Amino acid sequence: MTAGQAEPMVKIRSLRKRFGAVEVLKGIDLDVPHGQVVCVVGPSGSGKSTLLRCVNRMETIDSGRIWVDGDLMGYAERGDRLHLLPPADLCRQRRPIGMVFQRFHLFPHRTAIENVMEGPITVLRTSRAEARRQAEELLERVGLADRADHYPAQLSGGQQQRVAIARSLAMRPKLMLFDEPTSALDPELVQEVLAVMRDLAATGMTMMVVTHEMGFAREVGDQLVFVDGGVIVERGNPREVLANPRNDRFRAFLGQVL
Amino acid sequence: MEVTPAGGAPGSQEGPAVEPPVELPIDAVRPPRPGRLIGAAVALLFLAWLAYTVIVNENLHWDVIVSFLGDGRILGGLWVTIQLTVLSMVIGLVLGVLAAVMQLSDSPVFRGTSALYTWFFRGTPLLVQLIFWFNIGLVFPSFGIGVPFGGPKLVEWQANELITPFTAALLGLAINEGAYMAEIVRAGIRSVDPGQREAAEALGMSHRQVLRRVVLPQAMRVIIPPTGNQFISMLKTTSMVSVIAGAELLTVAQRIYLGNFEVIAMLIVASIWYIVLTTIASVGQHFIEKRFERGHAALGARVRRNLRPFAKEPA
Repeated sequence: MTAGQAEPMVKIRSLRKRFGAVEVLKGIDLDVPHGQVVCVVGPSGSGKSTLLRCVNRMETIDSGRIWVDGDLMGYAERGDRLHLLPPADLCRQRRPIGMVFQRFHLFPHRTAIENVMEGPITVLRTSRAEARRQAEELLERVGLADRADHYPAQLSGGQQQRVAIARSLAMRPKLMLFDEPTSALDPELVQEVLAVMRDLAATGMTMMVVTHEMGFAREVGDQLVFVDGGVIVERGNPREVLANPRNDRFRAFLGQVL
Repeated sequence: MEVTPAGGAPGSQEGPAVEPPVELPIDAVRPPRPGRLIGAAVALLFLAWLAYTVIVNENLHWDVIVSFLGDGRILGGLWVTIQLTVLSMVIGLVLGVLAAVMQLSDSPVFRGTSALYTWFFRGTPLLVQLIFWFNIGLVFPSFGIGVPFGGPKLVEWQANELITPFTAALLGLAINEGAYMAEIVRAGIRSVDPGQREAAEALGMSHRQVLRRVVLPQAMRVIIPPTGNQFISMLKTTSMVSVIAGAELLTVAQRIYLGNFEVIAMLIVASIWYIVLTTIASVGQHFIEKRFERGHAALGARVRRNLRPFAKEPA
């Protein structure tokens, strides 16, 4: 972390993104300092997931800049021109950014432990034995050591999501992106995933979490960002903002989800 | 870390008194179905008549058929048929994967090349292609490696030596098969959830790694059943090679009947062997498909897991 603690882990400036004729993000500015948990909330279609997906360049952007740990995402700045990064450099930029999806997207043809080993073996060229040792440790950490040899289809949604978190952590990320990690889960399975995320935040992991879990945001979040209509409408300390929403739309939104 | 237990105490059974269970076996009388009986009788009668006419017909020469089933030349032809089928399926599969990946690429040149390939080879009859490959020497008298567009050659072969009936057959069958396999593979790749690709990319995998480690293994589930059909169909399609004297089963049978005039008997000998081959292939296909139906795991992993008893189910 050469940039020092002053430089945030994620720095987003004037981010715009359109899908065809629809502009989903209309100028987003956001800083995620090192070690902080930023919760992004908002109604569906507000652009919050797109915002997250722009950070690791799952989506291309139309204007603006995104830096992760001081590294400009997707482009190299040479002279006064931007040059699109070749695919290999893009892979290198994505490597230290973990992503957890709403629908888990575990590899169904591999067991839980093989899912966790996949990244280190294929991308980091870790030896099988070392990857297995790390994976066992990570599965232990998410409470699934006894499910190591199960296929995703044999696991509950909550267990699958915990394996997915372990799979991301296996890449030793410096930033974790969570895209509605509990939205596809049965209500009774939500807590086990949030517990893992809470533990992760306690270790000082920098996290961006798109979520509808206001309780989690209040308890774990350092910053809460409310996105509506492609812009950030309200932001601040989650406990203060949730107790005292200033913006009308945010208040209406909270009325619906709480 | 601890997992919060899913709440809810076990519900207490305090409803109205339940009657003691009584066994109620079902031993029902079937309704009569006369239509079915008559139909079955007619079908059996027809089959019996068919068998009778075939068996008593002296023109079929069953003794000749039986004596030629294990004939050395026939078995040699059988072996060539198997070789042609396996080799052209393997090459066809490789070509198909290549064409399918090109078809799904971002580059219009790759997409165009692949489209041209499938368009041409699916659009012209296999029979014509086989004769064409066999006579390729008329168009390109020699093949060589060197500078293209008329430059000097490092190595050179004469087409007449290079193109035997076997290589012509292999070229024709494999390249044609590749065009069909391309569509099958493409459908397989398309069937994989796009989220799988995203998850792999988020780990920092390159396009090639995503394809090889994540997409293709899952596409296999969709690719394997139609590939089995293609294989079975290929066993019989090889008989087309007889037009260029490919030395496979039908060519050999034809050569024999040109000598001994046992036309029908030799065709029946060949047919019996084709049926044996396709039956074996169908049984194999059935088992492979069953393996893949049961779950999402790749074949190797499934076999391994099936061999290992579910010893450590719940903790």
